Formats: sequence, structure tokens, C-alpha cells
Amino acid sequence: MAFTFAAFCYMLALLLTAALIFFAIWHIIAFDELKTDYKNPIDQCNTLNPLVLPEYLIHAFFCVMFLCAAEWLTLGLNMPLLAYHIWRYMSRPVMSGPGLYDPTTIMNADILAYCQKEGWCKLAFYLLAFFYYLYG
Amino acid sequence: MSAPAGSSHPAASARIPPKFGGAAVSGAAAPAGPGAGPAPHQQNGPAQNQMQVPSGYGLHHQNYIAPSGHYSQGPGKMTSLPLDTQCGDYYSALYTVPTQNVTPNTVNQQPGAQQLYSRGPPAPHIVGSTLGSFQGAASSASHLHTSASQPYSSFVNHYNSPAMYSASSSVASQGFPSTCGHYAMSTVSNAAYPSVSYPSLPAGDTYGQMFTSQNAPTVRPVKDNSFSGQNTAISHPSPLPPLPSQQHHQQQSLSGYSTLTWSSPGLPSTQDNLIRNHTGSLAVANNNPTITVADSLSCPVMQNVQPPKSSPVVSTVLSGSSGSSSTRTPPTANHPVEPVTSVTQPSELLQQKDMLSSSASSPAPDPAPEPDPASAPAPASAPAPVVPQPSKMAKPFGYGYPTLQPGYQNATAPLISGVQPSNPVYSGFQQYPQQYPGVNQLSSSIGGLSLQSSPQPESLRPVNLTQERNILPMTPVWAPVPNLNADLKKLNCSPDSFRCTLTNIPQTQALLNKAKLPLGLLLHPFRDLTQLPVITSNTIVRCRSCRTYINPFVSFIDQRRWKCNLCYRVNDVPEEFMYNPLTRSYGEPHKRPEVQNSTVEFIASSDYMLRPPQPAVYLFVLDVSHNAVEAGYLTILCQSLLENLDKLPGDSRTRIGFMTFDSTIHFYNLQEGLSQPQMLIVSDIDDVFLPTPDSLLVNLYESKELIKDLLNALPNMFTNTRETHSALGPALQAAFKLMSPTGGRVSVFQTQLPSLGAGLLQSREDPNQRSSTKVVQHLGPATDFYKKLALDCSGQQTAVDLFLLSSQYSDLASLACMSKYSAGCIYYYPSFHYTHNPSQAEKLQKDLKRYLTRKIGFEAVMRIRCTKGLSMHTFHGNFFVRSTDLLSLANINPDAGFAVQLSIEESLTDTSLVCFQTALLYTSSKGERRIRVHTLCLPVVSSLADVYAGVDVQAAICLLANMAVDRSVSSSLSDARDALVNAVVDSLSAYGSTVSNLQHSALMAPSSLKLFPLYVLALLKQKAFRTGTSTRLDDRVYAMCQIKSQPLVHLMKMIHPNLYRIDRLTDEGAVHVNDRIVPQPPLQKLSAEKLTREGAFLMDCGSVFYIWVGKGCDNNFIEDVLGYTNFASIPQKMTHLPELDTLSSERARSFITWLRDSRPLSPILHIVKDESPAKAEFFQHLIEDRTEAAFSYYEFLLHVQQQICK
Repeated sequence: MAFTFAAFCYMLALLLTAALIFFAIWHIIAFDELKTDYKNPIDQCNTLNPLVLPEYLIHAFFCVMFLCAAEWLTLGLNMPLLAYHIWRYMSRPVMSGPGLYDPTTIMNADILAYCQKEGWCKLAFYLLAFFYYLYG
Repeated sequence: MSAPAGSSHPAASARIPPKFGGAAVSGAAAPAGPGAGPAPHQQNGPAQNQMQVPSGYGLHHQNYIAPSGHYSQGPGKMTSLPLDTQCGDYYSALYTVPTQNVTPNTVNQQPGAQQLYSRGPPAPHIVGSTLGSFQGAASSASHLHTSASQPYSSFVNHYNSPAMYSASSSVASQGFPSTCGHYAMSTVSNAAYPSVSYPSLPAGDTYGQMFTSQNAPTVRPVKDNSFSGQNTAISHPSPLPPLPSQQHHQQQSLSGYSTLTWSSPGLPSTQDNLIRNHTGSLAVANNNPTITVADSLSCPVMQNVQPPKSSPVVSTVLSGSSGSSSTRTPPTANHPVEPVTSVTQPSELLQQKDMLSSSASSPAPDPAPEPDPASAPAPASAPAPVVPQPSKMAKPFGYGYPTLQPGYQNATAPLISGVQPSNPVYSGFQQYPQQYPGVNQLSSSIGGLSLQSSPQPESLRPVNLTQERNILPMTPVWAPVPNLNADLKKLNCSPDSFRCTLTNIPQTQALLNKAKLPLGLLLHPFRDLTQLPVITSNTIVRCRSCRTYINPFVSFIDQRRWKCNLCYRVNDVPEEFMYNPLTRSYGEPHKRPEVQNSTVEFIASSDYMLRPPQPAVYLFVLDVSHNAVEAGYLTILCQSLLENLDKLPGDSRTRIGFMTFDSTIHFYNLQEGLSQPQMLIVSDIDDVFLPTPDSLLVNLYESKELIKDLLNALPNMFTNTRETHSALGPALQAAFKLMSPTGGRVSVFQTQLPSLGAGLLQSREDPNQRSSTKVVQHLGPATDFYKKLALDCSGQQTAVDLFLLSSQYSDLASLACMSKYSAGCIYYYPSFHYTHNPSQAEKLQKDLKRYLTRKIGFEAVMRIRCTKGLSMHTFHGNFFVRSTDLLSLANINPDAGFAVQLSIEESLTDTSLVCFQTALLYTSSKGERRIRVHTLCLPVVSSLADVYAGVDVQAAICLLANMAVDRSVSSSLSDARDALVNAVVDSLSAYGSTVSNLQHSALMAPSSLKLFPLYVLALLKQKAFRTGTSTRLDDRVYAMCQIKSQPLVHLMKMIHPNLYRIDRLTDEGAVHVNDRIVPQPPLQKLSAEKLTREGAFLMDCGSVFYIWVGKGCDNNFIEDVLGYTNFASIPQKMTHLPELDTLSSERARSFITWLRDSRPLSPILHIVKDESPAKAEFFQHLIEDRTEAAFSYYEFLLHVQQQICK
């Protein structure tokens, strides 16, 4: 296979997905720390919130790349997550800064559990996507 | 008591019951009195001092208000003592005695008179001991008396002369090696004596103090009294103060919880009381109350000062004694005290006790609880009153303190009293503490323990809801009592502090899910308590793995090891803990106070501090825009502040500051040395800075004159302002900067929507949507500015309290965030105007009084622990959640309630009990670090029927209300309403399908849940959740804020008001509170069908009272109570009941006052005529009736039934 734009997209996506995997792991660790009392929720939210938008933008970025490369299948696989990201950000709590997490509600067991589950699911998705891009 | 009696009236002394022992002392003093009036006084005075000292224990903070000055404190530990007295913890007071001993050194510091006094008492005791008069409690009183009397007389002399004083002191010292302050009691007799005698006194002192200081704000002193021996209090006041007798009374009253203040410290009577108490191990709270009653009664009789009538029942009982006493009393008898002494002989005493107890219990909650314990111990202790006994007494009771470490001693002392094993007293005690709950509650809870424990079987009785017309009981609903064995029941935490929605915890989450009931805790951790054991100990014993504080529900594996009841780890018992000060024996760790009380307070060491304890710092941020000036709140605020400036909780480091703002921010330089306050204006609101950071928050005492000048000038400074803007956000930023170095409390007064600078808000309310049945928007904040500010403040230990006095929409939903997350509180006065709306103005004034003077804790954190397997899920209240079980509370106030949702993570099959522990660590206003620990123990059950049997329906409703508020904000109001309805539908259908085997066509509920649908309907019609009725957004949001932060008792009244018929009040079942008789009319259901035109009804909605007067209401009532000739002449707006000198007026007023006293915020009274426009307000609370937009109760039941059948 020649070095096409599509191939470039996959290579780029591969690298970016690796980055996203780290993001996901970072989130999981952060929420785990919260759960085990190691960190103050305010600090934790302050470190996590700036990471949310970059993650979403990176993902959106290579979705657009796949769109341009007309890789419909890959794009289709990513669309649900993209939609989820958009929904998630639209329904975030009232905040003046960027980010998703509100230190006053993050300690609620439901929300914390949700965030953790979200982290694990994303990690799984990114891992699968990583191998998909690798061999795709 | 006995002693004095003995001297003057042997017979009388004989009669004196042990409890009255205190009286004996007074009697002794009395004899002296004749010689020199002042001398007795002094004696008394010293006694009080001692008392105080004891109370000191080392604990002080509880009564912040109390002037420390009263009690000069000794060195070292003693210093702490002054505070202690203030603390007024019942226990501490009792126990403090030992400390008192210690104090002797300090005593010197104290006024000479006091010293004399304190020592004096010991001396008498010693004498007695020498005589060997002490016999068993049963021993003839005469014996004691005679012996006692002699010593006493000598004492008297002693007292009079300073020399005597010294002697006495020496004696005291003997008694208490204390000089070291280590309180070790070398001599047995001495040790015994001090402990015994003092306890009672301290108690009295503490009480008195407590009331005055702590309670004062919220609860009237009277109320407090009401619980215990209200009667006593009342009776006392009558006579002239100067007489020794009076002093006596006062002291007694104190001991009996009477409100009376210190004024008469060191009264002999107090000593007597102490003695009595001590003698009877029971002496603990229970004894005191009973005793007090008796004393008071007897006293009045003797002196004739007061009418005995105060408590009929009591009086009868007493009468015998009083009569005897009177005869006995010496002619000189300046001492009402003697009557006290007169207390009957042991046997008599017993009877009296019984009588008292019975009377107390039946009529009112007050003293009732104690009776049993009192009676039991009393016999033994009875002789005790006599001074000589001490030594003997001591041995039996083990009061003497061995040489423990200083800290320990204090702790031990309180403990001792509490410790007594098995004590009935104890149980009574715990329940006592609850000031708030009406007397009824007390009685109920008390009753719950002993008498009413029956509900278990009863609670499962199936009730056909649709056929039961009168579902609401006639009497207030009590908290169910957990089904534990008797010992644990006694030890368990009072339901006023700690309640669980399910008093039988399901074994697994699956079982809980099946029951479809919410599981959670309702907490009122910083409640004003009348009795609280305060423990000073070098090491606070905690589990090494989960850090649980040792509590009554741990198990001791052997002498050296205990097993944590939360994580089951086995811990070592520290050496220090092995010593039991109560029995003065070694190796009885299970009798220590920590293990005998489920609510205790520890004085924390420096390990519990991240920084030195902060001083009390108060900052007032005041809106002075045109709108605010127009509303006129400044006058009221400044007036209240001027009046209460000296009562602000705090020590000598207390600091205070003021800021005002309109479109600019004004600071006030109050630095000491200025001739007048300096106003500094900062107009750069985009980048706020502090003009002179050092002199804006000033020491309250150093700059008091300047502060007063400012407060006098403030109301008139802005009268001509034309500034309409409000720069609240920048002002708050400035306040934060000002407070961040220390932390403290910021009180913000705001009258309009912030319109300038950061945090400006827009009006979001559409008035046309107020009665919409569909969507209610804008329940959440519009900006996160206030939330972030609150988090910053919380991080700097600063709480922001918001007073919103606004006539238009002010976006409380956004503004409230500043208090919600900084652990502040929110007050809202809609349509506030100082002349147009006098009832709101009056409410503000009363609320401010409470607000300014109530107890406060700074830089607090609260951790809630529960048995392994349970976990905390969601918290409700005003705080910031810092970790899964830790709430950060910049300030804690006694009116704050919390709720916690729980989930069961692991099956609880391997345990039969679960425990919950809240530990509230705070800095008192005196700069002391304290930990208040509550522990609740509940049984685990495996069957669904048992789960239903243990439902605490009120707690469940309050928790549901909290959850519904969250749901309204995060989702929508209609979701929340649906969830509430579903809660009823699910739980009743789950019950119907699993537990009840009866016909399924009917709507069945277990008796424990029979009020559930009614309460849910009430919630649906509550301002916070109602739809279809015009509700202003701010009102709705405020109701939600209250649901989140009010403690259960108050919240229940908001949800389901109480309705009483008051035009025919009778004394049947009346309760005696202080000198008043409070009628107890039955509860009526909230339905117009109960409103007859011929009646007048009082509705208690928590923060509002309505009196509805029917058209055909008896003219006698209108004339006697309302002060008008007939129905037509009653004005439309009436907010006060006139003070008329008629029986029915007195009854109505005493009933209303009694209701009022039971809550922190003073309710406004509205008198509503039938057919006046205001009656809509009243009728909207009739929740069982149908409204245009909502079901009636019956319709609601049918709806639920329909849902179940679907």
C-alpha cells in the first residue's frame, strides 16, 4: 500500500490514540485517588478539567481527518464516541472555565462511579482502536 | 442539705433525701447566715466557683457566651477551666468536681469568698467523716445531721473569717492533693468527698451557664428549664436575691437546669446538691433534675416566697417534706435552703423520687427520665447529703480520683458520673440533652426507651390506608427505637442528634432494594446539648486502622484489648485507659465515660491541629445601596449588634470588621487609637484590594468604642444615597482577602440582584411561569462565581452566611452557592421592609439575636464512619465534601442539619449490629480544639418484614426531600415529583407483594409506614416542590435550601405543619415548663373538615404560625385572647397576641411561647380571620385537602393504589 493520505491518517490516529490512552489512564488513576482519599477534589478537578477539552479535540481532529480521507468505516466506528463527547460537554455543570468536573459534586458516589466507568470504557475503546489503526 | 438541717433542724435533716444532700450544705450555711448574712453568701459563692471549676474539666467551649471572667481560673489547667464552666456541659459540670479540688491553688486566684466557700465544703465533709456519721445511705438521717450540724456551725464561723478560709482550704487540699493539679486524690475520704459533693454543683452551674449562654440565643432559658426542673427555675426567681436562701434557690435551680444565672454562685445549696448527687452515684443528670424539682418546691414552701403551685404533682409530694422542713427550719432560717435539706428521709426520699419521677414523666418530658435512676441511687446515697459521709460515699462510688494525669482527671470525672454501669440514670441522661425537641420529644424519646418500646410488634400491624380516616396520631410522632437489647438501647445516641431511616438495617443491598426504601442518616451533630460529657485525656483512644473513636459499642476482648465495632480490628487498650476514675480501680476500661456515652466531646491535643486554633473572627458585609437603605435593615442589624456585642462567642482574641458596598466598596478602619472610625472607599471593583489590611479586622475588646461609634453611625450614613447598583461580587472577593489569613465568619446582607463587577446576575424569573405546572427552570446557579468563591473561602476556613432581604427576585439559586459550599447558612426575608412589613422586621431581629449569640465552631471537619460493608453515598447539607467520608465545614452552627445516603456494599451477614459514628472536629470560639463524637448502633435484620418494622418514617421523608431537591436541580422538578410519588408506590407495592398476605385490593401499609403517603403528599405540596400554585422562584429555592440544611425536627414542621385547636385549651395533660403550665392540645389533621367556624386554630409551620379564627368563634375567646370584642373588630393584620390577664389568654400564650422556644428561628405569628384575603396562605397548608392543582389525601391514595395495580 502506497503512502496515501489515508495511511497518513491512520499513522497519525495511531499516535494520537496512544496519547488518548494515556489520558484515559490518567483519568482512571485520578478518580481512584479521589475515591481513596488521597487527593483533595478541588485540586484534582483543577488538574483534570484542563485535560478534558484537549482529549475531545484530539479525538474530533482525527475524526475529521478520517472524514477527509473518506474512511467511512473508521469514521463510523468513531462517531458514537464523538457524539457522546459532544453530549457530555453540552450537559456539563455550570462552569466558567473549561472542563467537566465540578469539585462540589464529584465526590458524590454516583458521579464518581460514573466517571470511573467512563474512564475504563474509554480506555478499552482506545485500546481496540489503537490495534485497529495499527493493523488497519 | 442534711447537714444544715441537722444543725438547725435535725428532723428535717433526717428527712432529707440523699439527693437533697446539697441542700444540707446550704442549711449549714444558713445557720451561719443568721450571724452574718454576707458570710453565707461568700460560702455559697465559693461553692459556685468550685462548681465552675469542675465544669471546667478542661472543657470550656460549650458556652461560649458565658463570660469567662466570672470564674477566674487557676494556672495551667485551671485556665482552661473558666471556659469549662461556660461549657456548662452537664457531665463536665458534674464531674468537674475533681478538678475543683485541683483548683484549690487556683482558688486563691479566685475571689477570696469563693475560695473559702469551696474549701469550706470539703472541710465539713471531713468533719463528718471523722464523726463517722456516715452510714449507709439508709442510715438514719438524724445521725448524719447531728454530726453534720456541728461541723457546719464551725464551718460557718470559718467562712466568716478569712482565717477559717485558709483552714478550709487546707482541708480541701488534703482532700485533694490537687495542688499539683494532678488531681490525684490521695486520701480516700477526701477524694471521695470532693468528687461527690462537687458533681452536683458543677452540674448546676453548668446548667445555668449553659442556658444562659448557649441556649439563650435560640432557646429561652425557660425552655431549658422546662426539661429538667423547670418548676424549680420558676420558683426561684420570686424572692429577693440577696438572701442566702435565694442564692440557694438559684443554685438549686441551676443544678436543676434552671435558667437562673450565675448570679448566685457558690451558694450553699449548690453544695448540698452536689453532695447529694455525689452521694448517689446516680447523681448524674437524672438525680439532678429530680432533686432540683424537689428543692425548688421545698424552698418555695419554706420561704413562702413562691407559690408552690408551679408543679402541682411535685408540690404534693414535696409538701410533706416542705412542711417538715418548715417546722424544722430555724427561725433565723434565712435559708430557704433548709427546706431542701428537709428532704425526706431515705424512705421518704424514695417515695418522693418516685412521685417526682412519675409526675415529671407523665406531664412533661422534663425530669421524667431521671426518676428511676435517681430513686435507685438515692437510697444508697441518701445519707450522703450529710457532710461527713464523703469518705464512705467515696468508696462505694469510687469517685475519688487516683492520681491520674491532669487531663485524665477531668475526663474521668465526667465519666464517672456517667459511667455507672447499668445506670438508668444514664439512659435518662442521654435523652435529656436534647434541648430542642419540645419537651414532648424528650418525654417521648425517654418513654421510647422504657415504656414505649412496644412499637416493634405494633409497627408491622397492617393498616388499610384508604379506610383509616384518622391516620395522624393525636400526639407528635416519635422516632422509633431500634430493636436492641436494653443495655444498648440505653447507650444509644439520642434520636435528636442521629437518626437512621431504617432502624433495622437490611443485611444486603438486595434486601434493601426489595424494600424500596431509602437508607440514610439524618444528623444534627452540633445541637445545643444540656448535658455532654467532655473528656480531657492525653490520648484519645481510637482504632488503629479505621481511626474510629472508642465508643460504647466496641467489645472488650479482655482487659487489654478491644475490638473495633466498625472495622473489627483488635486494638490494645492504652495504659491510661485502664484506669477507671469512677471506681478508682485499675483494669476496668469498659467503665470509662467514652465507653458509657454515645455522645461525648474530647478536648483534642495539638495532633488535631493543622495550625494554632484560630480566634473568632466576624466580618459583616453590608449592602448600602438605595434599595437597602430604603428597606431599613441597617437599623435593626446595628441595634442587634450593639446589644449583642458582648455576647458574641469568642475569647479575648475575637476580631470583628465591617465592610459596606454599593457600586463601590467601603472599608472601615477601626484601629485602636483612632478618634473615630475611618471610612476607606475602594472604587476599583475590577481589581479589589485592601486599603489597610491590618486595621480592618480589629480586636473586639480593644476597639469596642470605635465599633460602637460605627454601629451607631452606620444606619444614618447612607440615608441620602442615590446609588442603586450593587457590587456584591467584588465585595465578597474583598471579604475573602480580608478573611483568608485567619478564617472565620462572613455575614453578607444583600437586598437586590448583584448588578456590578464579578458575579453580576440577571433576572431569570418569568413571573408568568410561577404557577406553571410543567417546567420550573433556573433552580440551579446561573454562574459558578459564587461557588468558586465559596470553595476558596472554605479552603481558608471562612464561611459565608447570607441574609437576603429582598422585595424582588434576587436569584437566590445563584447567591445561595456562596453559603452552600462554605458551610454557611442562608436566611431569606422576602418583602422585607422595616415599617411596611413589621413582622419580617421582628423576625430579622430575633433571628439576628440567635445568630449572633449562638454557639459557633470554626475550622471544622466532620467525618462519618460506618461499619465495614456500608458506605456513604451522597451527602446533603451545607458543606464541601473533601473526601468520601469527610465534610469540610468552615463553620459549624447548632442549627445545621445534615443527611447522608448510604448503600450496602457488602453483605452484613456476619454481623448483627452496625454502627455509625460522626466525629466533628472543630475549634471552639474560645480557641480550643474539640471533637464531638456521636455513635449510633442499629441491628441488622435479614427479613423484609423486619425492615419494614423498623422504618423511621420521618427520617425517610426528610432524606427523600433532600434527594428530591438534588433531583430537581440536576434534572427537573417534575422528575423529582415523580420520584417522590414512586417512592410511595414502590415501597407500598413491595410491602403488599411480599410481606402482607392480605387481600391485594386494598392499599395496605405497615403501621410504621402509615404516614408515608401523607408526608409525601405534604412534600408535593411544599413550596419547594409544588406546581400549579403561584410560587416565586426565590421562595422555592429558599425552601429547597432549608430542606438541605435544616435538622429533622424543624424540617418535619416545614413539611407537615401541626394544627391545634386553641379556643378551648385545657390543662388536661398539660406540661409544666418553668412556672408556666403549657397545655397540650391534640394534633388535628390538616384538613378543612377539622376547621369549625366556632373554633380558633393554631398552625405551626416551623417558621410561621397562623392562628385561624373562625367566623362563629366564641366571643369569649376573641375577647379573652385576642383582645377584641367580636369577630368583626379583629383587624386584618395582626401579629401579636395581647397580654391579657385571663386564663385562656395565658394558656394560649404559654402554648405559643412553648412552641416558639423549641426552635432556633423565631416564627412569625399571623392571625388570620376567616374570609380575610390572607386565609389562602393558611389554607394552602391544609395538605389533606384538594387544591386546584393537587390531589387531596384520599385522591392521592387512590392514585397510589392505581399505580400499584398497574
